[in-house]
Amino acid sequence: MSLAKSYCVSLLGLAGTLIEIEAEISSNLPSFVLVGLPDASLSEAKDRVRAAAHNSGLPLPGRRVTVNLSPASVPKRGSAFDLAIAIGIMAANGRVRPESVSEWIHIGELGLDGAVRGVPGVLPSVLAAKRAGWLKAIVPIANLAEACLVDGVEVLGAETLAQVAHFHGAENPASDLQAFNGSEVSAEPVSQVNLDLADVIGQDEAVEALTLAAAGGHHMLMVGPPGAGKTMLAERLPSILPDLSVEAAIETTALHSISGSKVHEVSGALLTRPPYEAPHHTASMVSLVGGGLGMPKPGLISLANHGVLFLDEAPEFQRPVLEAMRQPLESGEVLINRSAGIARFPARFQLLMAANPCPCGNFAGKGRACVCAPAARLAYLGKLSGPLLDRIDIRLRLQPANSAQIALARLGATQLGRTSAEIRARVEAARKSSSRRLAGTPWTINAQVPGAYLRRQLKAKAGVTAALDNAVDRGLISMRGYDRCLRLAWTSADLDGRSQLVAEDIAKAVLLRGGDGVTSW
Amino acid sequence: MNLRQNLGRYGEDRAAIYLQDRGYVIIDRNWRSRSGEIDLVARDRDRLVFVEVKTRNGSGYGHPFESITKDKVARMRRLVADWCQAKEVSGVKVRLDAISVLISGGRVSIEHLKQVF
Repeated sequence: MSLAKSYCVSLLGLAGTLIEIEAEISSNLPSFVLVGLPDASLSEAKDRVRAAAHNSGLPLPGRRVTVNLSPASVPKRGSAFDLAIAIGIMAANGRVRPESVSEWIHIGELGLDGAVRGVPGVLPSVLAAKRAGWLKAIVPIANLAEACLVDGVEVLGAETLAQVAHFHGAENPASDLQAFNGSEVSAEPVSQVNLDLADVIGQDEAVEALTLAAAGGHHMLMVGPPGAGKTMLAERLPSILPDLSVEAAIETTALHSISGSKVHEVSGALLTRPPYEAPHHTASMVSLVGGGLGMPKPGLISLANHGVLFLDEAPEFQRPVLEAMRQPLESGEVLINRSAGIARFPARFQLLMAANPCPCGNFAGKGRACVCAPAARLAYLGKLSGPLLDRIDIRLRLQPANSAQIALARLGATQLGRTSAEIRARVEAARKSSSRRLAGTPWTINAQVPGAYLRRQLKAKAGVTAALDNAVDRGLISMRGYDRCLRLAWTSADLDGRSQLVAEDIAKAVLLRGGDGVTSW
Repeated sequence: MNLRQNLGRYGEDRAAIYLQDRGYVIIDRNWRSRSGEIDLVARDRDRLVFVEVKTRNGSGYGHPFESITKDKVARMRRLVADWCQAKEVSGVKVRLDAISVLISGGRVSIEHLKQVF
């Protein structure tokens, strides 16, 4: 047999296309031709495959080898095709059984010594293969754990090309491929350092606001002087968020798999806890939103999918970077257009921003120590544009803890019901009741619900919304702000286990949302 | 004659026998011109066949065919024209073949590639 087929997956965003690899050996002088829109890194596969095959004791034939990747119109990139190309050629050469080879998806990069190396994006590739109806896959041993997260697909891990060839019937000495036995991954997911809200002294209002943010998925901005505890609070938001649902976990793990992020590489397992990303304010647009040369990669907003994106010193970020997040904030996904195609990455993150009140940072309370000119102060927070702030449901002013709170904390008086575990339980209960209330709608958490729906559902007695109506009449809150406040009020009601809004919910929402502009508070 | 030339000569002999066994008529051997040498010229029915023979002892340096580069093929095409001119042959069909003679462990294996242009 001089023609054989093997199969691999090409990824664009999270979507994968099944790639058929045809290998033909013709009676002509030895050469290696690779056609079908490979990029530069894939063209190098020729040399890797030749050396790997030779060093595995199964050298390529002294003939002309033509490898075609089809469909030819789909751009292909990277080294994940090496294994499929090598095994396809061996099948064409009759060294292995072609019918066995074409039953399996092969994913993996080859080293010159014939080792099968890990590649990014194995989880979404196996998911794509499953969607295309392929239920058998051979992946690098380094990616075996994540590949096994896909239900119903038989996955084997390969250490060397020789093993794969042996598996497909080559008469070479090699050990067997490995099935996943779960021992490489600790059952306990690698969690962030144990941060607990109980560590925060005072700041009862901020903790309550954080609880609301967690329960309703509301975006939040904290403004306060340095040392008020903004970063401390933000780092503890993930600790009160519920575990990811299975679909959310797989989606988020797949994004981490494509990006080859460190969290993922360490565990290789399913991310069950919400991710937390806190980029430095020098972050570039591409690092945050996604993109990059050639095949786009997910940015931090996608790595924070179903988790928290914390922008410390938010006004220090480049303005275009901040503005680029507006559209993903609205749609929960980001589309990256490149010549290679359009990549779609989910980006359902919860935005948490912290800012100093002014460039010197001391304009808090009465602001006596502040040395900034009023214009500089306005310009500072003015960097956070109206449209961006519009999407932030909770805007909180923080004051540093005072000596009385520190003393109380030492006595353990105010910390009752303040551990992350206790608050997480409240948040989980609130999410349950909101998803019950929103059953039959496309939304599950309050932050997703549009205003019109909320107003229709508002059957509260007259007078309950008095505080809100009053704020609208006085021009403090726009109609959009009105809707935002209603969402927040519902979260408050969910947290307290009420099925209807009361005046207290509305008041709390008005207080936490504040007026429409930054300067109005 | 040194050892390497001996090996080459032996390989060409084996290739000639191989071709004769298959009905080819050898009409020239080791024809030289300024630009190089043609190992074998044979007639296969109505076609002139120009053959490059590569002989190897053991496969430590890769497959014999791997040493036939693009440049080598281009040179052979020029040589074919030179040969035809020298022998005043025209209007015949020609073909370029390659034969590898691999000697390893006392066994000789011969591979024949046709139409390598």
